[in-house]
Order: sequence, then structure tokens, then C-alpha cells
Amino acid sequence: MIARAARGLWRATVPLLVTLAVWQAVVSLSGVPRFILPGPGLVARALWDNAGLIWQNTLWSASNLGLGLVIGIALGVETALLLALSRRARWLLRPMLVLAQAVPAFALAPVITLWLGYGMPSKIVTIALVTYFPIASALFDRLMSLPAGLRDLSRLSGAGRWRETVLLRLPHAVPGLLSGLRLAAVYGPLAVLIGEWVGASQGLGHLMLMSNGRGQTALMFAALIALSGLSLSLWIAVEALSRWSSKRLSFA
Amino acid sequence: MIAPAIHMAGSLHAGERCLIEAFELTLPAGRWSALLGPSGVGKTSLLRLIAALPCAARLDGRIAAQDSAAMAPRVAMMAQDDQLLPWAGALDNVTICARLRGERPQPERAAALLADVGLAGHETRKPSHLSAGQRQRVALARTIYEDRAIVLLDEPFSALDAMTRHAMQDLAAGLLTGRTVILITHDPAEAIRLADSAWIVTRAGIAPCPLPPTAPPRAPEAATTLTAQAALLHRMRLQLAPEAA
Repeated sequence: MIARAARGLWRATVPLLVTLAVWQAVVSLSGVPRFILPGPGLVARALWDNAGLIWQNTLWSASNLGLGLVIGIALGVETALLLALSRRARWLLRPMLVLAQAVPAFALAPVITLWLGYGMPSKIVTIALVTYFPIASALFDRLMSLPAGLRDLSRLSGAGRWRETVLLRLPHAVPGLLSGLRLAAVYGPLAVLIGEWVGASQGLGHLMLMSNGRGQTALMFAALIALSGLSLSLWIAVEALSRWSSKRLSFA
Repeated sequence: MIAPAIHMAGSLHAGERCLIEAFELTLPAGRWSALLGPSGVGKTSLLRLIAALPCAARLDGRIAAQDSAAMAPRVAMMAQDDQLLPWAGALDNVTICARLRGERPQPERAAALLADVGLAGHETRKPSHLSAGQRQRVALARTIYEDRAIVLLDEPFSALDAMTRHAMQDLAAGLLTGRTVILITHDPAEAIRLADSAWIVTRAGIAPCPLPPTAPPRAPEAATTLTAQAALLHRMRLQLAPEAA
């Protein structure tokens, strides 16, 4: 276990070091001015000097991301279940979902900011909206693809739709939920950024815009690194969940 | 539980095409009946019609229990594919049908059935940690747990190796006595071993075929079994040859 973690860390360290070396080499050899591309040393200084500021903005973005994800996942799961359970809901909601999906959720960010202001609510709604569709559609597809043998079993047992969904369809659909979560982990941080670029008074995206406007390129890179850290930790969490559940449920 | 005889008459179609022309047969009550035939002839469709499962083929005629009560609620089925839940342990797989109906599962009875099929101590094992033969044993225990009067077996042993197959056949023969069992198979040896009566299914119809006078399960290595097997194989080849040509 520890050996595996150490190996994982080692595998992550090597590309990181290579990237840093190349970055430094480009900066020293080409002589680009530091307001175009600051070296890793400068960025590290900016990270250190502005630790409080970056931490505060990271916290704001992260709580938006967390709340938005929770809402998006909850609504997505609920929608998928409702559609799987009720033929009438499928008939009624399916075309609406397809239509709604045709509107890029990212494009709605300005409208949402216009309606809900610069504060947290507009960011949370944007993130929830962007993560909602992949979760709902990936889970729903798996819920509806019960293997024929298990469908026969359920029918022969005389199972109702509700029990069939809870006992057969839902466990079968866990990989669908996980691929939805993986998409959400990719789109979520993007939605954070876009929400804050469209208009915010805090957050890492806001910090990036601000420092860019003031020519503080090193700080902009520092904020970018913090945002990458946020996405990476989200990705690690989803991977861990996926590994745990596929072991628990014997998929894979 | 009184096992009914099953009467089938009519013809089976898939779209415009005729799968089986006019047939009429009665599968005896509480006995093993084997339906022998090549793949794609419509044997599985007959089973699905008995079980009232969705089926691509259309029956012009009637399949019914002779006591004229509905058959579907009295049917348990076991297929070639074990149809186990990959995420559940053996015991939970045995009780799944009861849980699907919202009944309280009986873990003691399920554990006893798992012991009957030789899987004592494997209650929490998941299908991925069981061999193909062991998975079919779990599926058999699940079928018996249902305690239905009509048991449909759709080539349940055909994916197993020869020795495991013989063991499973004996096990199933012992545990399913007294029920109306319909065994679908393309293996003459299996029909000769297990069936009280057997039919050959072809496009021309469904014809009865003779079996040794001894009671099943017949020993696979006995001379009478082997002779009957040879005779049946010969007959099937004669009957199916024009179709193959």
C-alpha cells in the first residue's frame, strides 16, 4: 500500500520536474520578459508572497465548486432515476432534456450572472448546470441498459418497477454514474473559471483576470497552479471512489 | 405444489418465415421433457412463450398448462448464461427473486440450498470469484429456491466441461424431481441422460423420440445409454440432413 503510494508519487514527480526544467530553460535561453513568461522561481515567490490571498480565493472557488457539484449530482441522479422509473416522465422530459442539452451550459453563464449577481449563487448555479447533464445522461443510459438475462429474471420474479430499479438497475448503473462523475470533474473547474471570468468579486478566475490586468503575470500563474491543484484533487477523489466501488461491486 | 402437464399445439413463426410447422405435443406432469434440436430452430422461443417473456417469434396456436391455470407465475428458469448479479454474493444471488418481489428472504433456506449444490462456505463469494461450474450451481440453487412447479432449463450445462456437466446433471436431476421440467438442449447425450421423454424439434415439426426404458438420470457410461445415444444421433442426422443441405 505504502510502496504503491510511493511509486505513484515518484511517477508524478518525474514529469513535474521535467516540466519545471523545460520551463526554466525556455525562460533563461529565450530571454522573454518576465511579464510575458515568468520563470518557475518567480511564480513560486508569487505563490509564497500571496499565500493568504490565493488561499482565500481558492477557498471561495472550492466551496462554489463543492456546492455546485453536490447540487448538480443530486439533481442529475434524481432526474435519471425518475426517467428510469416512469415511462410517463420519459415521454414528457426526454425531449426537454435533449433540447436543454443543445444549449451549451457555458453560454448561459453571462445570463445567470446577470440574473443572480456577482456572488456565490450565480457561480453555484452555473457549476450545477454544467455538471447536471453528464451525470443525468450517463446514469440514465446505464439504468436503461439492464442485460437481457437480468430483465428476464426480474420479469419472471414478478418484480415491480421500483424494486427492479433499486435492486438491479441501480447497482448495474454505478459505472454510468462514475463516468458521469468523471465528466463532472472535468467540466466543474471549467465552469468555476467561466463563471468567475464573466463576473465575480472573488475566486481564482477573478484573481487571474485581476493580476493579468495589472501585469502581475507571476501571480496569474500562481492562481492557475492553485486552480490546477483544485481540479487535480477533484480528479483524485473521483478516481478513488471509482476504484473503491468497482472493487466493492465487482465490476471491471 | 402440483406440477402440471403442458400442452403445446400450433406453429411458430418469425415475421413471415415459418420456424416450426404444425406441431402438437403434451409434456407430462412432474417429469423431465427434453426438446432437442439445432440452434436457431426456435426452441428457446417455445420456452419464452411458456414463461410469458418477450419473444421475437409468434405462435399461431396455444401453449397452456393442462390444469388451465396460468403458467407464468409457476415458472422458474435457468439459462446457459448464469444471469447472476456480479455485485452480490452467492447467498444474495439465491434470494434475489424473493427480494425483487418484496418478500422477506430466507437466508437459512438459501444457505441450505447452497450446501445442497456443494457450495457450503461460499455464501459471500461473488460470481467473479467462482468458477463457471460453481456459478451454474448458484443459478441452480436460485432456481430451486423459487420452488416453482414448472422449471425451464435453456441449455444450462452446455458451457461447462464434460465432468462438471455430468456432476451438474446428476445434481439437477436429484433436486428437481417432482416438477415439470423442460430441458432445451442440442446435445443428444444430455437428453438421453436426463429426460423421461424427448422430442426432436425441426422445421417440419416436433417428433417424439424413443428413450431407454430405465429411469433417468441414466449413467453416461452405461451401454444402454450409449446405444440409445448413438441411435438418436443417427436419427437427428437423418432428420436434419435435408435442412443442412
